[in-house]
Amino acid sequence: MSISSEVAIEQRGYTHPEILVSTEWVAQHLGDADVRLVESNEDLLLYPSGHIQNAVQVDWTSDLNHQVVRDYLAKAEFEKLCSRIGITPDTTVVFYGDKSNWWAAYALWVFTLFGHKNVKLMDGGRLKWEKEKRPVTREIPKFAPTQYQAAHERDDESVRALRDVVMQHVKAKKPLIDVRSPAEFTGERLHMEDYPNEGALRGGHIPGAKSVPWARAINPEDGTFKSADELRKIYQEEQGVQPGDDVVVYCRIGERSSLTWFVLTHLLGYQKVRNYDGSWTEWGNLVGAPIEKP
Amino acid sequence: MPFPPKIEQLLEDLNFFDDRMERYQALIECADRFAEAPESITGARPFPESHRAPRCDSEAYIWTEPQSGGRFKYHFAVENPQGISAKAMAVILDESLSGEEPELAMNLSHDVVFAIFGKEISMGKGQGLMGMIDQVRMQTRRLAT
Repeated sequence: MSISSEVAIEQRGYTHPEILVSTEWVAQHLGDADVRLVESNEDLLLYPSGHIQNAVQVDWTSDLNHQVVRDYLAKAEFEKLCSRIGITPDTTVVFYGDKSNWWAAYALWVFTLFGHKNVKLMDGGRLKWEKEKRPVTREIPKFAPTQYQAAHERDDESVRALRDVVMQHVKAKKPLIDVRSPAEFTGERLHMEDYPNEGALRGGHIPGAKSVPWARAINPEDGTFKSADELRKIYQEEQGVQPGDDVVVYCRIGERSSLTWFVLTHLLGYQKVRNYDGSWTEWGNLVGAPIEKP
Repeated sequence: MPFPPKIEQLLEDLNFFDDRMERYQALIECADRFAEAPESITGARPFPESHRAPRCDSEAYIWTEPQSGGRFKYHFAVENPQGISAKAMAVILDESLSGEEPELAMNLSHDVVFAIFGKEISMGKGQGLMGMIDQVRMQTRRLAT
């Protein structure tokens, strides 16, 4: 069993260890005006039922997604969100949440689309915080609104892959990582176990994709990330995907693959990893898109 | 078909809130009333899979206890400590269906999940809560017919 969670983050061999903070670090920075804690969960009742002191909630559906188009916020709405939670471009935003930080990684990825530089994940998320019996509160913090100015328009190219790019990627036989469960990858299931079929007409995977379920990067007992050596073994040695490769990751709607994008980009230092957020709910229905089954 | 009267009453109360956080707060207060089923009902852990709500990642388990007059008492366990919505749902189902005509449980619609938790609930979470309804309906039907 992995014991990397017992090893300090900076000793786990990550390329950018500063992207992760420990629960203890968070506990020490609860009142730091330069730090904003952001909780992002799947379960909407979790945050109001108890959250870390001074944490605000950013919900992936109502706060990050466009409400009419299947897309993310545009720059003006993102600025409005950041202003509402009282941050500036210099604020260090620390994300955490349920489900081993799925949604937290997703939120971090969306903030990256707009060039917010100072982003971090709390290693282990809610699970670790709760297991350590650290205090939570139901008090919703109030911060003075800011006039946040995003660094640039939403960047849909550097860390995001749209379907035409993915099509070219497939034709060029560049590496793709499918982070869904093995049964989804083979096409046995059209959706994650215990999750609904969200309308994908076909089962299988994008041609050439390698199957590396997202959870392999996580220590299940406390939701922390595995060490760099353990991660390299999975992605580099087993799958042959190298740090210099142009990589596209995908899942069902882009949330699980945000976590794998985070691992490859920030923990292992891969230079070019893009998240295909259209993922299987788009590709599995896309006219003219080839699929592969084992 | 309308929802059971006690759920209709709850919805009326919830619709009173304009602010979604106030609505969530009311649901959390439901979750706070959650009391796990006694061991005399559940037996020892691990609980049997046959009592588990399908598709529920909060690991909700349901037991249906016959009472007099052909009615039932519903008992719940939620194994995932982060399963706040599942606990709220368990309390709502218990308080609105226990001791009532079994038809209310057998005919309970999945739509009640969206009516209570809102259409913004994630698909995964929604499916889990619907799985709790499926298990309640199935157990009631098996015992009542």
